[in-house]
Amino acid sequence: MQLSLGPVLYNWAPERWRDFYFRIADEAPVDVVSVGEIVCSKRSPFFADHIPAVVERLQSAGKQVLLGSLILVSLRRERRQTEELAAVEGAMVEVNDLTCLRALAGRPHAIGPFVNIYNEASAAFHAAHGAKRICLPPELPLASVATIAKAIPDVTTEVFAFGRVPLAISARCYHARLHKLAKDNCRFVCEKDPDGLLLNTLEQQDFLTINGVQTLSHTCANLLGDAGILRESKVGSLRLSPQDCDMVEIARIFRDVLDGRDDADGGNRRLAAVYAGVPFSNGFLWAEPGHLYRRGRSGDMQSVAPQIGPV
Amino acid sequence: MMELICPAGTPAALRSAIDAGADAIYCGFNDETNARNFPGLNFSRDEMRKSIALAHGRGARVLVAINTFPRASAVELWHRAVDDAVSAGADALILADIGLMDYTARRHPNQRLHVSVQAAAANPDAIAFYAETFGAKRVVLPRVLSVPEIAEITRESACETEVFVFGGLCVMAEGRCSLSSYATGKSPNMQGVCSPPSHVTYEQTADGTKSSLGGFAINRFAVSEPAGYPTLCKGRFSTAQGAGYIFEDPVSLDATTLLRGMRNAGVTALKIEGRQRGRAYVESVVRHFRHALAALESGSETDIASLKPFTEGQASTLGAYRKTWR
Repeated sequence: MQLSLGPVLYNWAPERWRDFYFRIADEAPVDVVSVGEIVCSKRSPFFADHIPAVVERLQSAGKQVLLGSLILVSLRRERRQTEELAAVEGAMVEVNDLTCLRALAGRPHAIGPFVNIYNEASAAFHAAHGAKRICLPPELPLASVATIAKAIPDVTTEVFAFGRVPLAISARCYHARLHKLAKDNCRFVCEKDPDGLLLNTLEQQDFLTINGVQTLSHTCANLLGDAGILRESKVGSLRLSPQDCDMVEIARIFRDVLDGRDDADGGNRRLAAVYAGVPFSNGFLWAEPGHLYRRGRSGDMQSVAPQIGPV
Repeated sequence: MMELICPAGTPAALRSAIDAGADAIYCGFNDETNARNFPGLNFSRDEMRKSIALAHGRGARVLVAINTFPRASAVELWHRAVDDAVSAGADALILADIGLMDYTARRHPNQRLHVSVQAAAANPDAIAFYAETFGAKRVVLPRVLSVPEIAEITRESACETEVFVFGGLCVMAEGRCSLSSYATGKSPNMQGVCSPPSHVTYEQTADGTKSSLGGFAINRFAVSEPAGYPTLCKGRFSTAQGAGYIFEDPVSLDATTLLRGMRNAGVTALKIEGRQRGRAYVESVVRHFRHALAALESGSETDIASLKPFTEGQASTLGAYRKTWR
């Protein structure tokens, strides 16, 4: 089972972003790293200068590097950016929107978790058109994951295994809206929230996370306890999505459990210490509401929300 | 003149839409293959066949929406829906899933295919991919675009474009939103439902009414305030930066005043949302837009009645079409 590191979804300071990847290259036991600004095209220029050095450092450390494409492409500038990405040689593109597929014209590529692949027929279509790795949408239940993974044995099937879960993308920027700014003049206020901005219900229940044009869960996906059944289901890679915590240690914990140096309970205790105060979730995998968490195969679902009564 | 594409959740609503002046009606089968999968709604195979025959007899077309993403291991169900819609004489199929488009293009190469808004084709390159790969003839554009963007896309695309002009408004890119399933386990993409009634509760408190979805409080209404439906993205929430309608106010789309802009943008068809709505809604909204289109043709656009009773929370917005929030 491989480990992959997804792209940083938040607006981190460029030097911090670069140093994060340098440390990942030097210390993290991950096989694949996806880099690039995929959430907001306005942020891209800040990271552009650092990308070549980051890619080189990661590749020198033996990691496979993927270049992530924008999730939502609508402006002319965003289309150009996407087209340029498809033209880069020496690293595979990770496609997060079908806009990219035309420019790639069947060349080998990866598919990110933002492309809708809900069944074996769609997965087979992408495999036939050059997809070598597919990270499935986080919403998919285990039954679908297993069916898809078995249908495309030559493609590495990946699932979203750690991090706040991306739930929606919009043309509207909620960070700008909350700060009473227009998107075109946003002053990059999202940089104030390197782990996203917490959104509560009116009853002060933690619910979602705002990251500019993106909305994520408040809970942190954690499929560490499900790694065994995922492996049996022919899943070949677990994706760790960067949060504002020690991601090198997160990768070590996953590697330790996958390689049998620690058990799931021990691993979960360590995860909870490294990314403290954020509840786990894996409800999507078990065809339950996504915010729920089930410990192991036969465990009961645990809720961060009060359950509703019979209706 | 631009085509008027109208919703129908029942054969009766389909007849109302034709009576009111619809050029085409879109509808779906009564199962999880369509994105308005509500109890008591949508068409049996027999109803679909008869409704298409009726529509054709009256010069209207029927577009069949098979626009959810097939469940793994159950793809056959969606294939059967495609086959049955084709044999019933559908004028076009509205599809979102790439595997299903692939199946349809191979199995029924002469069948007209439209790209559903759920496929989130938001630019000319994505649209070209669908046109070149599957022969798609029309794309329903996401509601995240402004009128100038729609004009640019339409100019650059080989496909016809269809845009929403009235009804429920997604503020997130359609077909790419798991907010509903995060709270309830049911999603538009998988089950064809968003913020489903089965997971909604209303609770009376001393301060008024609280509405919840899947156990999460979505809104609170004072005693004097009407309690709206708790659609997740139209709820009131709080953050360190302030509280309120963080994503969108509980409003509906009404682009009546933008019809001239849509026509000048080269848009082929105008779409009204609301297959889950009753005959009265279909009848009034379709009649309104038929009237507005006639007025546009004759250059007397000022004479347009209000549609306020049919909008969510009795308030309407031009959505992304006027990019005030960009």
